[in-house]
Amino acid sequence: MPLLEAIDVHGGYGGMNILNGVDMAIEADEIGVIVGPNGAGKSTMLKAVFGLLTITGGEIRLRGDPITNLAPHKLVERGMGFVPQEKNIFPSLSVAENLEMGAFLKPGTVSRLKRQIYDIFPPLYDKRHQPAGELSGGQRQMVAMGRALMNEPSVLLLDEPTAGLSPRYMNEIFEQVKRISATGVGVLMVEQNAKQALRIAHRGFVLAAGQNRFTDSGEALLADPQVAKSFLGG
Amino acid sequence: MNELIYFFNYVVVAGSVTGCIYAMGAIGVTLIYSILRFAHFAHADMMTLGAFVVLLLTLAFPHAGDSLGLPTAIVMLPLAMIFTSLVAVGIDRVFYQPLRAHGVKPIVMVIASLGVTLMLQGLIRLFSGTGAESLYVEARKAIFRIELPGVTRPIIITEPQVILFVVTLVAVIGLHLFLTRARLGKAMRAMSDNPDLARASGINTKLIITLTWVIAGSLATLAGTLLSLDVAFKPDLSFFLLLPIFAAAIVGGVGHPYGAIAGGFLVGFAETLAVFNWSVLLRPLRDSLPSWLELPNNLALVGTEYKIVVPFFILIAVLVWRPTGLFKGKVI
Amino acid sequence: MNPTSQHTPSQRPFPRREILLFGGLALVVLAVFASMGPAYATRMMVEAACYAILALGLTIQWGYAGQFNAGIMGFVALGGFSSTFFSIPVNHAFWASDLPGRLGWVLLAIVAAVALVFAVSRIDRLGVPRWLRTLVTVLVALVAYLVVISWLRSVTGDIESQVDFIGGLGLPVWLGWIVGGVLAGGIGYLIGHICLGLRSDYLVIATLGIAEIIKAFLKNSDWLTRGTATISPLPWPVPDPGEVGFVTARALYFCVTAVLIAAIFFLLHRAYHAPWGRMIRAIRDNEVSAAAMGKSINRRRQEIFVFGCILMGLGGAVLTSFTGIFDPQGYLPLNHTFLVLVMVILGGPGNNLGTLFGAVLVYVIWIMSGPLALALMHLVTALGGDWFGWQPGNLDSRALQARVFVIGLLILMVLRFAPRGMIPERIAQHD
Repeated sequence: MPLLEAIDVHGGYGGMNILNGVDMAIEADEIGVIVGPNGAGKSTMLKAVFGLLTITGGEIRLRGDPITNLAPHKLVERGMGFVPQEKNIFPSLSVAENLEMGAFLKPGTVSRLKRQIYDIFPPLYDKRHQPAGELSGGQRQMVAMGRALMNEPSVLLLDEPTAGLSPRYMNEIFEQVKRISATGVGVLMVEQNAKQALRIAHRGFVLAAGQNRFTDSGEALLADPQVAKSFLGG
Repeated sequence: MNELIYFFNYVVVAGSVTGCIYAMGAIGVTLIYSILRFAHFAHADMMTLGAFVVLLLTLAFPHAGDSLGLPTAIVMLPLAMIFTSLVAVGIDRVFYQPLRAHGVKPIVMVIASLGVTLMLQGLIRLFSGTGAESLYVEARKAIFRIELPGVTRPIIITEPQVILFVVTLVAVIGLHLFLTRARLGKAMRAMSDNPDLARASGINTKLIITLTWVIAGSLATLAGTLLSLDVAFKPDLSFFLLLPIFAAAIVGGVGHPYGAIAGGFLVGFAETLAVFNWSVLLRPLRDSLPSWLELPNNLALVGTEYKIVVPFFILIAVLVWRPTGLFKGKVI
Repeated sequence: MNPTSQHTPSQRPFPRREILLFGGLALVVLAVFASMGPAYATRMMVEAACYAILALGLTIQWGYAGQFNAGIMGFVALGGFSSTFFSIPVNHAFWASDLPGRLGWVLLAIVAAVALVFAVSRIDRLGVPRWLRTLVTVLVALVAYLVVISWLRSVTGDIESQVDFIGGLGLPVWLGWIVGGVLAGGIGYLIGHICLGLRSDYLVIATLGIAEIIKAFLKNSDWLTRGTATISPLPWPVPDPGEVGFVTARALYFCVTAVLIAAIFFLLHRAYHAPWGRMIRAIRDNEVSAAAMGKSINRRRQEIFVFGCILMGLGGAVLTSFTGIFDPQGYLPLNHTFLVLVMVILGGPGNNLGTLFGAVLVYVIWIMSGPLALALMHLVTALGGDWFGWQPGNLDSRALQARVFVIGLLILMVLRFAPRGMIPERIAQHD
């Protein structure tokens, strides 16, 4: 049974359908990457999984249990973590406080988890007392991911974690995503940097016009000349 | 030297008193703003309500404080704080929450809070009449006179003023510890920073909203009561508080509790300095002044009847030159 | 004026709701005529008409542009002052003394002081460091202020002790009405200039403040307005009751106000269908897209705000003239700000016809609720006395407070259950 599964999902904003039947499945230690052209519904799909928009058809399951259209905070309780693309930190709170907010529902585990997060993101340890809003873009992204991991999620949703970052930071973030996934957390992320992201992906989903165009392992997609031609810029 | 003591009594003490009151009111305004994103105009009336509840309790049990050696009103404060907080939470549930659920614009919330203002004012005056009433029921206000060597004029400070300074200090330190140490306090700051992310982190936003009203209501009760204890309870207290506490919150940067404290003292001292008659201080120099320079008797910047101009002027000045406030508040 | 009209006339539905509501309102007014007598009823109608002008001022600010003005009272008081100052007889004792000259010199000194401070604030252009300029400017402003204010205090003190107050200009009252509108518009311009680019909450607090300041000024400037001593009687633009009797005089006054309202309606109608009005509606319906089309939103807002303030000043002037007495303490936030707010949100913000309806209906209820509140108060105190031994005195003022409570509750109820009023403004849907 897959950890997270989406079956023929339809949905959109204000009566306008953006998703027209998306299928996805990832296992517990896998990285799933959603790529595709602008307007394909990549971020919309991620938001649909996290209950931020109403799904009008299809089903989403977490470990086999239906979670379609559950409210975000219910999903957080069930072990889902979400990192939005923008506004994903508390800028006036210190790094440590940001992490603590991630574990708001499990106050007893804060210090142990904080140590784990600092192990995954070493740069954060030195800045732990600094307001998160003063950090660089890459470090903010680390804070955002760390905050989501503090809840010990079984699946982590990342919306374009490398948007606007320099190539150096981008690689660092991808390394960290790999490390997170190695601890047994399923990762589903949307990425603009399709080639690099597919390199670390166990599963790749190429969306176009709100539907799966190609679904395969990351390697296979990278090797597929059709995918390369239409979606990876040759 | 006498003049300096006069200055101390009429500016330093008086300014600190007003500063404390405004600061506690402005903290409430700023907290409500940062969590609920609207200017809560009924806040000054919550201060009046808190003081009125204390008055009622004091009238009912005039000797409750005797055994502790404190004014009865002070002993009644915790009860009144609980009651006012409950009223604040109740008002939120009945009037503000449904509007929030409808997703109305902030300005509609402001108008709703003006409606609440009228309701509270009407209720308080309905029961209290319109006259002033001392919070010292069957008791007398203690006044401390501190004589300094070599001066005839003593430093005068009253019992309620001393209590006010202590209470303000405790309240501010307590609030600081709560916001920086307590889990819920941090969650409150988190919600003020980014409400959506707070929700996505599993923070119970309803609880935070309730907590905000409890803190704001309690501080309002403290400030209203201590002001009334020092002077007298007046049902139109809110009229004199509304503009200064909003000016203080805006000067400090809306959504910024420490800024609100600074703003409160700034507005308090500005008011006191503006109505202070400076010619008293210059009087000793009168003999040494050249003859063509005649010192007028009244050198106050504004008459006490125009005191309200001071917070307004500060407000306008901030809006013109630095709309985010001195400490960079959140939203313009 | 048909404010409910859609962009295309063919969509205009038959105004059954409006006709029914206005028919009902007419019946209510007739009932007042029958029960309270024509003298009382005509007075009520004139006052309702004055309030309708105020409400139209607020409805264009709040309903057209989403700006909430919480200081209507201040603009009303300003209008009232202007109509009083222009219309009451000239105080010959004042003009015969040396006081006008001295007052003139002080006014000149004020102008000179402002010019001086302004000039000093520019000395950084001569190479003076900015911090020094700021320091010098503040010091010069402080000294200039103290000097001018002490001169002014001495002159105004002499005016009060020698000739009571400066008196009026003895001019026709309508001139005072116009200037009242202009004065209110000028203050509105200043406030709007500062606040309209900022969050709407700031406009609320600023208008609230300016209203109290205007009131404080009028109340304490005995040399100008006699302060709490009040000025009466105020002349009317029509024959006063002494000449033609109460009913006729009031009916004539009502005709004047009706003409004013008709003129305002006509102007609004013209403006509404002119390019200016289309732009306003575009801003109201979708601010972002209007801004994207390169429309200067703040400028339009400023125009609307000033226009609303002008109407408030005018309405206040007409109302004060009718009342016949200028009493600065008679201007109350409840009567002159919040009552108008209730009229507008109950009638339909942004809908002129709805606002007119709301103004008349709410004013009738307000006037008739006075005796009712008192009777209720007697009942409550009788019960309260029986049950709790509560014996409040001063029932009149307490009954007034009960009305304050009810107005507050009414505002909240309307916001909650009928946020668009009884005759809602129809906003075009573009989807």
